[in-house]
Amino acid sequence: MYQTNYHRASSVADAVKLQKKADDGKFVSGGMTLIQTMKQRLAAPSDLIDLRHIKELKGVKVSGKSVTIGAATTHAEVASDAKLAKACPAICHLAAHIGDPHVRNMGTIGGSVANNDPAADYPAAMLALDATIVTNKREIAAAKFFTGLFETALKDDEIVTAVTFTVPDKCGYSKFPNPASRYAMTGVFVAKRKDGVKAAVTGAGDDGVFRSKEVEAALSKKFDASALDGVKVSAKNLMTDIHATAEYRANLIVVMAKRAVAAANG
Amino acid sequence: MSEVSMVVNGRRVSGTVEDRTLLVHFLRENQGLTGTHVGCDTSQCGACVVHMDGKAVKSCSMLAAQASGSEIVTIEGLANGADLHPVQAAFKEHHGLQCGFCTPGMIMAAVDMINRHPGGLDEKTVRAELEGNICRCTGYHNIVKAILAASQTMAKGKGKTKKAA
Ligand SMILES: Cc1cc2nc3c(=O)[nH]c(=O)nc-3n(C[C@H](O)[C@H](O)[C@H](O)COP(=O)(O)OP(=O)(O)OC[C@H]3O[C@@H](n4cnc5c(N)ncnc54)[C@H](O)[C@@H]3O)c2cc1C
Ligand code: FES
Ligand code: FES
Repeated sequence: MYQTNYHRASSVADAVKLQKKADDGKFVSGGMTLIQTMKQRLAAPSDLIDLRHIKELKGVKVSGKSVTIGAATTHAEVASDAKLAKACPAICHLAAHIGDPHVRNMGTIGGSVANNDPAADYPAAMLALDATIVTNKREIAAAKFFTGLFETALKDDEIVTAVTFTVPDKCGYSKFPNPASRYAMTGVFVAKRKDGVKAAVTGAGDDGVFRSKEVEAALSKKFDASALDGVKVSAKNLMTDIHATAEYRANLIVVMAKRAVAAANG
Repeated sequence: MSEVSMVVNGRRVSGTVEDRTLLVHFLRENQGLTGTHVGCDTSQCGACVVHMDGKAVKSCSMLAAQASGSEIVTIEGLANGADLHPVQAAFKEHHGLQCGFCTPGMIMAAVDMINRHPGGLDEKTVRAELEGNICRCTGYHNIVKAILAASQTMAKGKGKTKKAA
């Protein structure tokens, strides 16, 4: 790791101030991605501004159908939140299957959406749930927030403070985990509301998380796994890497969508 | 440089370290607590697992400065004098180790796992919970047996040590 200067922010305003003062300052939350990247010398921020101790960024709020999750809430906290498990169990299930217990004790939802790893789980949920990403400056719809591989609409000095969404009528998530890392080799989050079905795919797209038209069309007719029988998803714009070809992932999208719907229908 | 201060195995310690110092290096090199191991550089093997404020974390993936102000328990902090912690005793009894390299992390992960499942553990849960700990020797069977046995011993409250929070 290259040299860096560590700062612990006490509030969002303090974090912004520290970032402004730094040459090339970066926020760190759980560090489960950033510290790794720094160890590999793929990132070398002059300053690290730690958001983990900022109280206003923590916690889950459920009020009726409205859910707000603070950016510094860890995956373990989301997974084990009793109110959330009642209101929207799919999001707890998703969080409970990120990486491993130790990663879940540190990694945060804010870090995950800000990082927008093409194989991360939360981006699929955010997109399918029509979530809003709240920052210290504005509110951004998930559809506008995730802009490409590891790319988001965030500015350098912008901090994700929370994500919010309205619980849909039904939703479910299923991923085919990479056997080594547990990142999604393909994961599908489906959400059904009166005005239609959204199905977001992670781990498969060449350009990161996206919505599958084929899956949405089939599930809009009937929200049941059987509606996906015989449905084909195009392999165009899907990823090929050492783990799987684009065609393999195209098939996985349908298989994972079936499982996600089955989970949503309970 | 950063002034870091934390409670390690019940003892308050402090030191001045480079900001980029990882917690695992602070423990091993500044504190001489070499029980915590480093087995990879991808945050996947779990040989470095310690408890921070009661939760299992990978000490290779965190700066010492990030951990400043917290309470850390390492493998050295588990036993009560000459009495092994129930999880340590179970690993010995059930041959849960061969070379022993992964063992400190395995045991710290196991203690955390047992604490989080007061209602008891089954084999499937133990295997899923070991996702973040890799062993290149045992094939895991005896590790799983040891954790299940320790979980039962601890449920009976036998030989519970205070420090094993
Ligand atoms: C072994 C392992 C397995 C994993 N498996 C999975 C998996 O199965 N699925 C999955 O989805 N993820 C997985 N992850 C990633 C994990 O979920 C990370 O925790 C997450 O991607 C990043 O969150 P963090 O809080 O650790 O962010 P950090 O590493 O602290 O930061 C990541 C990036 O986000 C920025 N950032 C952090 N917080 C904010 C904020 N509030 N506002 C603005 N920018 C911010 C940082 O500057 C940095 O660029 C895994 C990681 C590891 C090490
Ligand atoms: S050394 Fe920490 S996970 Fe391998
Ligand atoms: S006993 Fe050798 S790595 Fe686990």
